[in-house]
Amino acid sequence: MADTAATHPEGEDASATRRDFLYLLTGATTVVGAASLIWPLIDNMNPSADVLALASIEVDLSAVEEGMAITAKWRGKPVFIRHRTAEEIKEAEDVDLASLRDPQPDSARVQQPQWLVMIGICTHLGCVPLGQQATDPKGSFNGWFCPCHGSEYDTSGRIRRGPAPTNLLVPDYAFVDDTTLRIG
Amino acid sequence: MSAGPSSSPQYSNPVVRWIEYRMPIFSTLDNFVGGSYPTPRNLSYWWNFGSLAGIALTLQILTGIVLAMHYTPHVDFAFASVEHIMRDVNFGWLLRYAHANGASMFFIVVYIHIFRGLYYGSYKAPRELLWMIGVVILILMMATAFMGYVLPWGQMSFWGATVITNLFSAIPLVGEGIVTWLWGGYAVDNPTLNRFYSLHFLMPFLIAGVVVFHIIALHQFGSNNPLGIDKKSPKDSIPFHPYYTIKDLFGLAVFFLVFAGFVFYFPNMLGHPDNYIEANPLSTPAHIVPEWYFLPFYAILRAITFDIWFLPAKLIGVILMFGSILVLFFLPWLDTSPVRSARFRPLYKIFFWVLLADCFMLGYLGSQTPEGSRAVFALIGTLYYFFHFLILLPLLGKLETPKPLPASISEPVLRTPLASPAE
Repeated sequence: MADTAATHPEGEDASATRRDFLYLLTGATTVVGAASLIWPLIDNMNPSADVLALASIEVDLSAVEEGMAITAKWRGKPVFIRHRTAEEIKEAEDVDLASLRDPQPDSARVQQPQWLVMIGICTHLGCVPLGQQATDPKGSFNGWFCPCHGSEYDTSGRIRRGPAPTNLLVPDYAFVDDTTLRIG
Repeated sequence: MSAGPSSSPQYSNPVVRWIEYRMPIFSTLDNFVGGSYPTPRNLSYWWNFGSLAGIALTLQILTGIVLAMHYTPHVDFAFASVEHIMRDVNFGWLLRYAHANGASMFFIVVYIHIFRGLYYGSYKAPRELLWMIGVVILILMMATAFMGYVLPWGQMSFWGATVITNLFSAIPLVGEGIVTWLWGGYAVDNPTLNRFYSLHFLMPFLIAGVVVFHIIALHQFGSNNPLGIDKKSPKDSIPFHPYYTIKDLFGLAVFFLVFAGFVFYFPNMLGHPDNYIEANPLSTPAHIVPEWYFLPFYAILRAITFDIWFLPAKLIGVILMFGSILVLFFLPWLDTSPVRSARFRPLYKIFFWVLLADCFMLGYLGSQTPEGSRAVFALIGTLYYFFHFLILLPLLGKLETPKPLPASISEPVLRTPLASPAE
């Protein structure tokens, strides 16, 4: 302590505080500098501008008859568009919500009951569920069946059985006219 | 542990002497893999697999660098460039088959190396850090192998990448953001393929760096041995060279026979035929399986099919899968027995084989669709795996009566007591 006092005539307490402050300031500046150097290295792995550019697609629905389904590709992902039958709609609406893992009424998942539009990616680990083709297995709930880990979805795309945690996602979409759908 | 500081060796070759004076590379090598490295005299062939792993890594780097000269990391060309390697490039088929099967050989060798360590208690004090560095190598190997399998851009490549990167979406709150960050987009696509290629090139060199730490840690106390007791006198050890260099070379020859058998006669046996179908983001193959060396972990991932409290099944599966590897970091402290080698641990010896059988069972279940009784067995196998490490090992050290340890390494080998007057 005597040494410090001798070399810093302003007084030991003041100088210690001042030096500590300078150390902290230098250290903090270094941390901020290092972080600002690292951030570009991390952020460059996020989606680039061309990927982000909101790709919206328009889908012509005129050829999709009742009971048929088509798969569109949007942002590299399959989008399931299903023209549901009255029977399927009724099945979806009659489900007891309390029995669902991710409770959501059918009305919250569609804009027009006959058109079900969903991202066709299983919410478990990202496989594409089967059920779009007439010959595909549709699972016990007449909707979709994921072949990877056995998740089963109903006619509203809600998870009913298997490891997936949530219902199939519904993307932003709008009907441009009666037979044209814009996704994104 | 060494027999006193060895006086700087005198080399007869003047060039060697000149270099050695300025950079002691020759004496360093001699201390690491030469005559100046004292090694337990009783090492069995199970101790071959460390050096075999090093050679497998070297081969992967060599074949990989050459393959990189012919491969194109782009979603439109990757699949075709691999076929170009197979059909057009001189010896491309050999290099690719050697690289693809070389990965499997690397994992076989490393898994044997790990179970050797488990059986003989090589992870126990004072080799805890050596073991933990080894676990780091295993994790890096898995990441490297996973990203390498994506590069041919076949159906298994694509859907394997999709499923495994989606694991991170199970993390609450930030999961989706992390997955988008990993992908560089909203699905596995060209940015993903590009970065996996870059990282697949980088990571083997990271592994090589960590291997250097592994070897430094190894040389601090030297190899464990089948008896699991420390070296007590110079009689307990023999120089690494020529005794173990020649033993390792013999093992290497056998290894190459097996390796060549796969490369030349069964080059696609360990692969999946669906990976010869080009990646199609709109169609998932009916049955996705990872490479064989991931199967037990895959079975653990799928084992939990029900939510527990607020934890969704998916998150539990991910936690258990990563936990099954991370638990190995704590193994040196979970195993409370002071006796290293299973030879002197009658109960642990049994449970070691049960664990091994459990891993084989999980591996088989990972290759099958999880239905009916298989799902039940996968759950039992998963629970047993964690039971072994978290409950059995801590208890066993307290309950088990170990057999008496020999007085020294040389005693059972030389069949004469250590104290026998040699002077």
